[in-house]
Amino acid sequence: MNGSTPQVPGTYVFDAAESRRARALNRLCGSLKEAENREKFKADEVAYCETYGLTVQQRDAVLRRDWNRMMELGGSIFYVFKLAMVDQRSMQYLGGVFTGMTTEEFAQALKAGGRSFG
Amino acid sequence: MDRGKTEDPYWKPLFDGYAPAREWMARHTPDIAVVVYNDHANAVDMSVTPTFALGTAESYRVADEGWGSRPVPAVTGAPEFSDHLVNSLIDASFDLTVYQELDVDHGLTVPLSVYCPDPGERWPCAVVPLLVNVIQYPQPTAARCLALGRALGEAIRSFPEDLKVAVFGTGGMSHQLAGARAGLINQDFDRMFLDAIEHAPEKLAALTREQYIREAGSEGIELIMWLIMRGALGPRIRRVHETYHVPASNTAAGMVLFENLSR
Repeated sequence: MNGSTPQVPGTYVFDAAESRRARALNRLCGSLKEAENREKFKADEVAYCETYGLTVQQRDAVLRRDWNRMMELGGSIFYVFKLAMVDQRSMQYLGGVFTGMTTEEFAQALKAGGRSFG
Repeated sequence: MDRGKTEDPYWKPLFDGYAPAREWMARHTPDIAVVVYNDHANAVDMSVTPTFALGTAESYRVADEGWGSRPVPAVTGAPEFSDHLVNSLIDASFDLTVYQELDVDHGLTVPLSVYCPDPGERWPCAVVPLLVNVIQYPQPTAARCLALGRALGEAIRSFPEDLKVAVFGTGGMSHQLAGARAGLINQDFDRMFLDAIEHAPEKLAALTREQYIREAGSEGIELIMWLIMRGALGPRIRRVHETYHVPASNTAAGMVLFENLSR
């Protein structure tokens, strides 16, 4: 992360430096917007990761669907969500994963007006 | 809307809130809508991140975002009007990126669906997409967005033909999709924003990007796009309708409709 990028606890601020660090990961996730790529990925996830030049950490996070780790490695939520969509997971499912809640608990927290901080 | 969920109990209050605005718009159909929006990693990948960009195409395809294209019509452009905006805005020192070809994603089509949920074969008006980078820091400042909006308003008013033009400022209100603060909703901030966008846009333009991220969440910074819409309006405006609802999935959703009374 660049020195001038805001640091907000509990918040990933995606910047150009993060974009560079996680380029392979985000490119792979972004490629999944194409139907034929989704098929290729599902057919052989490891080989697909190889094609996109993922680091070992990025690859393991993708294969394990470790959503928190993908974010720590610089994933952009808009890219990472495309991988979640391949698994038919919703943004509210991811919200639950990021906050240690079930999807239902997370959805309920939103329905009750959202989570408040400070 | 495009997924037929308007009567679903979860979504109904959100869509019902839009109805009065839609009725007003039905009586004031624009010739062209300038839609200020952000792409969500569909047409624009992060090889290139234009801060501000304008579409100049005859038409725009609806993007496949990962589950096939949304079942909505392709978007008809207004190329001559776009060319005029590009020239005027670059002359006014806003260095826009120009897209001759652009697939438009839900950032653009959902606001159109809010306006017109059942468009049939075609949308009711031509569209000019104005893209803003709100995803990758540094986004443009809020002040720069308001200034761009003012220049956009001048550009629209200087077009030689007498057209009715709508400007849609889009973007979710407070929300954050990832991290431990995921699910953040700051209703106080949103309500302040909904009020100030009419009376005190300079106050919103003075907020730093860090303040938007802290108060409205990492994705709540999308609100800066509303300031482009606000800037494009003249000094005399009338608030026709507003609505605010939580939640729309992970975000707070608000809408405000202004009629421009200045010429």
